[in-house]
Amino acid sequence: MSSTDESKKAGGKSRPRSKRLRTIWQSLETITDPEIPVINIVEMGMINDVRIDDEHVTVDMTPTFAGCPALDFIRNEIRVAVSAFEKDVKVNVVFDPPWSTDRITEPARKKLKAFGLAPPTAGDCGAGQESMENIPCPLCDSTNTSLESIFGPTLCRSIHYCNECLQSFEFFKTVR
Amino acid sequence: MIATMETLNDLDAPTKSAVIDLLYRLADDAIIIGHRGSEWTGFAPILEEDIAFSSMAQDDMGHALTFYQMLHELGEPDPDTNVFGRKLEQWKCASLVSLCSKRDWAKSLVRKYFYDVAESLRLESLAQGSLVPLAQLARKLSSEKKYHLMHGHMWMPRLGQGTDESHQLMQDAVDTLYPHALGMFESTGADDLLDQAGIFLREDELRKRWVAAVDKVLGESSLKINAKASPVYGGRSGKHPDDLATLLDGMQLVYKLDPSAKW
Repeated sequence: MSSTDESKKAGGKSRPRSKRLRTIWQSLETITDPEIPVINIVEMGMINDVRIDDEHVTVDMTPTFAGCPALDFIRNEIRVAVSAFEKDVKVNVVFDPPWSTDRITEPARKKLKAFGLAPPTAGDCGAGQESMENIPCPLCDSTNTSLESIFGPTLCRSIHYCNECLQSFEFFKTVR
Repeated sequence: MIATMETLNDLDAPTKSAVIDLLYRLADDAIIIGHRGSEWTGFAPILEEDIAFSSMAQDDMGHALTFYQMLHELGEPDPDTNVFGRKLEQWKCASLVSLCSKRDWAKSLVRKYFYDVAESLRLESLAQGSLVPLAQLARKLSSEKKYHLMHGHMWMPRLGQGTDESHQLMQDAVDTLYPHALGMFESTGADDLLDQAGIFLREDELRKRWVAAVDKVLGESSLKINAKASPVYGGRSGKHPDDLATLLDGMQLVYKLDPSAKW
């Protein structure tokens, strides 16, 4: 029994029918990235697949950034959460399909914005410095903003300044 | 027609050795440039660059870890043992990353840029290659690497065409580092096998692409290269500048005192 086809979609949007699988997915939704506590790892698109057979559970997770220091932490959180009702839990780190910011679900983007973090854009961000200018301000929605620093307090964020509401803000860098 | 290899188990023995050789070069370059980058944490000339060098160091070390993990899957020691337990002559990094920056920010910036252009080209080649697990990994790492390149592309012209002093510091850095950068493309016995198996481009081809990309940006930054510069080789076969020995002494100190120490 496998949920491969159902769960390949970003953010595990389609829910598996089996009750056991559903319970596992629900437990994964209780885990958050410690650096972005407002969205869970399923909404973030970090779970590529969950497979079960009679005795075993295999969770395929994919890292947001390869050097993310929270990776081992999250991997352990998954093991602990699913082990609450499963005996044998294996967590694999996989790169196919690779994580990209396109996998962050729409509700999660709204939560990021409410958190004060500008959500990733659809454009080819990272193509050049110009591509990181005029990122919409999460506070006032103005695009009259400037890039301050390509790198920020965590690997996934850059720092910007809003010329309209005169606030600095962080942007969840587009990665794809 | 080149056959696609879906898993690392599909590698025959000679090609597997060639992939191991390649992964050591990629991993060692990445962890040492990461370590050099981390030396700026708390010391960079401005706060934004402190954050930039620290973040890029974290990325590079993360990339190195994924290469060391793949090496482990191919039967090599686990990542910690490999990094903290290996002797100087067993390292395969190029002299470009080994050199101590001596708190010279222009040199660190130019070095990082030279490395990032090479690393981007390597990842691009791997991503199009026939060894699927490595191609998948390379695509992932490329999506992060582009921000490092953007950082370099921003600073090269800004300082190359800044003040007389910034121009001179950048030109000195280019003069010193260009021969070491060419040394990144030192050919090894793995070249032919990797090329024939469709896994990775030959080093001389990568070098051509690197020179073309770097020449363009240096030109736009009013910086010149010495076309007669001859490459500094040796890193790929374990011959390193003393700077790397000093770095390893520091990095491996705790592990050497107590290999079983828990962090």
